[in-house]
Amino acid sequence: MTRCIRQTAALCALLLVALLVNAARVQLWEAGSYSANAANRRAALARYAQPRGPVLVAGRPVTGSRDSGGRLRYERTYTDGPLYAPVTGYASQLYGTSLLERAEDGILAGTDDRLATFPWWDRIIRGHRPPGSVATSIDPALQRAAFGALGRRKGAVVALEPRSGRILALASTPSYDPTALSGNGTSVAADWRRLTGAAHRPMLDRAVERAYPPGSVFKVVTAVAALESRTVTDIDAPTDTPDPYTLPGTATRLGNSVPGCRNASLRDAFRLSCNTVFARLGARIGLHTMAQVAERFGFNDRRLRIPFPVAASTFGTTMDASQVAQSAIGQFDTTATPLQMAMVASAVANGGILTPPYLVDAVTNARGTTLDTGPQRPARQVMSPAVAGQLQELMVDAVAHGSGRQAALDGATVGGKTGTAQHGVRNEGVPYAWFVSWARAEDSAEPSVAVAVVVEDASADRSDISGGSVAAPVARAVMAAALRRDGHTVPPSQ
Amino acid sequence: MTATASAAPARPADTPPPLPLPPKRRGVELGLLVGAVLISICGYLTVGAATGHALPAGAVTYGAGLAALALLAHLAVRLRAPYADPLLLPIAVLLNGLGLVLIFRLDLETPGDRAAPAQLVWSTVGVGLFTAVVVLLRDHRTLQRFAYPCAALALLLMVAPILFPAVNGAKIWIRVAGFSFQPGEFAKVLITVFFAAYLAANREVLADIGHAGWSGRLPPGRVLGPVVAIWLVSVGVLVLERDLGTSLLFFGIFVVLLYVATGRVGWLAVGLLLAAGGATAVATLEPHVHGRVTDWLHPFAGIAAGRGPGQLAQSLFAFAAGGLLGTGLGQGDSQLIGFAMKSDFVLATVGEELGLAGLTALFVLYALLVGCGFRAALGIREPFGGLLAVGLAALPAVQVFVIAGGVMGLIPLTGMAMPFLAQGGSSVVTNWIIVALLARISDRARAPEGAGERRDETAHHPVPEHSPPPEPRSAPESRP
Repeated sequence: MTRCIRQTAALCALLLVALLVNAARVQLWEAGSYSANAANRRAALARYAQPRGPVLVAGRPVTGSRDSGGRLRYERTYTDGPLYAPVTGYASQLYGTSLLERAEDGILAGTDDRLATFPWWDRIIRGHRPPGSVATSIDPALQRAAFGALGRRKGAVVALEPRSGRILALASTPSYDPTALSGNGTSVAADWRRLTGAAHRPMLDRAVERAYPPGSVFKVVTAVAALESRTVTDIDAPTDTPDPYTLPGTATRLGNSVPGCRNASLRDAFRLSCNTVFARLGARIGLHTMAQVAERFGFNDRRLRIPFPVAASTFGTTMDASQVAQSAIGQFDTTATPLQMAMVASAVANGGILTPPYLVDAVTNARGTTLDTGPQRPARQVMSPAVAGQLQELMVDAVAHGSGRQAALDGATVGGKTGTAQHGVRNEGVPYAWFVSWARAEDSAEPSVAVAVVVEDASADRSDISGGSVAAPVARAVMAAALRRDGHTVPPSQ
Repeated sequence: MTATASAAPARPADTPPPLPLPPKRRGVELGLLVGAVLISICGYLTVGAATGHALPAGAVTYGAGLAALALLAHLAVRLRAPYADPLLLPIAVLLNGLGLVLIFRLDLETPGDRAAPAQLVWSTVGVGLFTAVVVLLRDHRTLQRFAYPCAALALLLMVAPILFPAVNGAKIWIRVAGFSFQPGEFAKVLITVFFAAYLAANREVLADIGHAGWSGRLPPGRVLGPVVAIWLVSVGVLVLERDLGTSLLFFGIFVVLLYVATGRVGWLAVGLLLAAGGATAVATLEPHVHGRVTDWLHPFAGIAAGRGPGQLAQSLFAFAAGGLLGTGLGQGDSQLIGFAMKSDFVLATVGEELGLAGLTALFVLYALLVGCGFRAALGIREPFGGLLAVGLAALPAVQVFVIAGGVMGLIPLTGMAMPFLAQGGSSVVTNWIIVALLARISDRARAPEGAGERRDETAHHPVPEHSPPPEPRSAPESRP
């Protein structure tokens, strides 16, 4: 019997070994895949167990947290929801995150390894990391000016600091209050359906998530290509352009909405926004150089992060000559986000140097130690300083004597370009009004701000809408706010 | 966990009369008990600190209560079973204490449904019964005389739930006046007593069958009858009550004891074949059991089908979340398992909050408990006691394997209580009785021959007629 008892005991020992090996399998080998399973709610529970870190604008939080007392406990609140929604995005228990809330989620939710002093020790003791904060480069005065100037119209504004690439304003209207999407309640789902189903698409961040046909504001890029490729060497020399101009290889005759474009010089063509001159220039410069210059500005770049991804602006790379001509005046397949056009204006204002735009100044941990400052990505020379100088001249002329008159500011040098982009089947949609500009205080060598404005359908009357009358005043308000921010005196808007 | 490390009991026949008494080790037991109570209180405080950031209100009551219970049981052992294995009681107290901590911790997730107070009451009852058994049952061989009444009572207890409505697919509950019992839990001990008595009495005959092979000579019905009856009852319980776990447990214990009693591997093979055949048949035919097998093979099928994670998937998630060192008591999310998280799935909370380290420690505790049983079985010098000890040790061993293997995806899940840990009064009480019986047998095994007054008493309880006289250990030289 003794032998049998021993064998039974050994059998029990075997069962114990089986249990331990299986425990190790579940808890060590399979642990990763089980924890990553989408149906495992632990990650979500841990994520909402502590208040989310704040997003700062000018050093003050624009986000908060509300203790719901539920399972997914802390809900995000926004102090100025609609004003900063195009920057922060939403952080919702039900629908995840977007924009900055998504891009900086690790810091805000406390999961980023940079928040731990000793990440490996942290993992062992499973200490929870207090979330950090994200300081944005947004300037509240510019942001408010942009929203105020857009008003009830549908559109977007981007303002950049040309030297640093810091994004000072990122506005998109109509906006929404992301607080409505925080939490688990039934009202959240209802609001989500309402916001995502609305015809005017309030959750679309028009400043970065939508690429519009740029129309005439793209002529800035075409002008740069013309000067860089030395297709035009003297901006005051006649360009030998007929009016109307027949697109190469087609019978399509392109006209102008203004007189005075026949044989106009680059300066006049820019000021008057002559389609004929720029279309012909595009065709002469050729596809290769046009695409190359556009891509230097950031067109066709799908990797731009500010830190959230930006919709790609496009310039066609396989086109015939007539299509290149149309693309050169911002039609055909050419599209640009407002951010992209602000980058173009910024490079011109900054002597040809394009500093990649960015929205985050600094990321700090809960104790206030800076973990990371804005991106250290190198600025790049996208045009020679001489060409930048010529472009500045063209843009200043366009504001002083051309279609951008309503953007002029006393006491500051303002350069700009209007655009009215037609779109839709046979161009019957309400056109988009564009304005890109930059401003430099007269007593300063450094530009204060570069701005891009798009207004989708300011008016149903097609003749009334234009970059000059609708978009330029918006840019003016934002530029005025930027100049005041830099300590310059600017008279109140007219 | 092998019991081979046990100290060999004194062999009185070889020892000269001025006998140096073997150590009773009651002081060791008391020291270990203090440790067990302290660990439990620490667990309680940890839960409070982790969840409420304050000491739980009932900490003092809980600690004092547990200490008082431990002291009561210790005094009973000290007075009535002074040579009992000093590990048994501290392990039982620690396991019960940890169980209370876990249920207290899980109660925080279900504020409307508190199970800890009832569990504490049942634990008190359990310790009371432990004390009663140790005090009143002077000699475990008394039980041998009640073998057939035990069997009858066990059958009655097992059949009774058939008359009551099924709860969660299994007919194992009796609900009377708001209280619910699992009579199958008590039946486990009774049936083990019967097995031990029956096999101790008939082991020669059964061993002869094994010798004769299957030459066609049938043993007398008196001997074979109970074997067939047990098999039928196991299948009956399985089919009528849909309780695969209990059925497996009974059958497993019976086969193990049969093997230990006769030493015939043939019985083991027959038992395994019958069990495998029965289990396969039931798994294919009975939809409830079939579903469990499907769950085991594809624990995440519910997720793929859009029904969300099933209980087994949630349990695996919980274990995975624990990793090596666990999240810490009170800081896991095992409440996601939902239904039965305090009973069948209580181990998932251990796995998640104490990690693989804590789980291993827990398994080692069970192993030590089972090891104590085997050590007692090896030490006792008569077959009934040996078989009873093996059966009582195998009960928690099989139970732990079946439920732990079930909730961790090693084998198909069958509802069964984790001994001492899981919510459930019947289970806690039964386990205390098992520990009391093991303490009694181990006391008997370790006590020197003629020590104390118990020798005299045993003389008044002659062993039943068809049980062979206490055999001399057949191969003393094989002992370590």
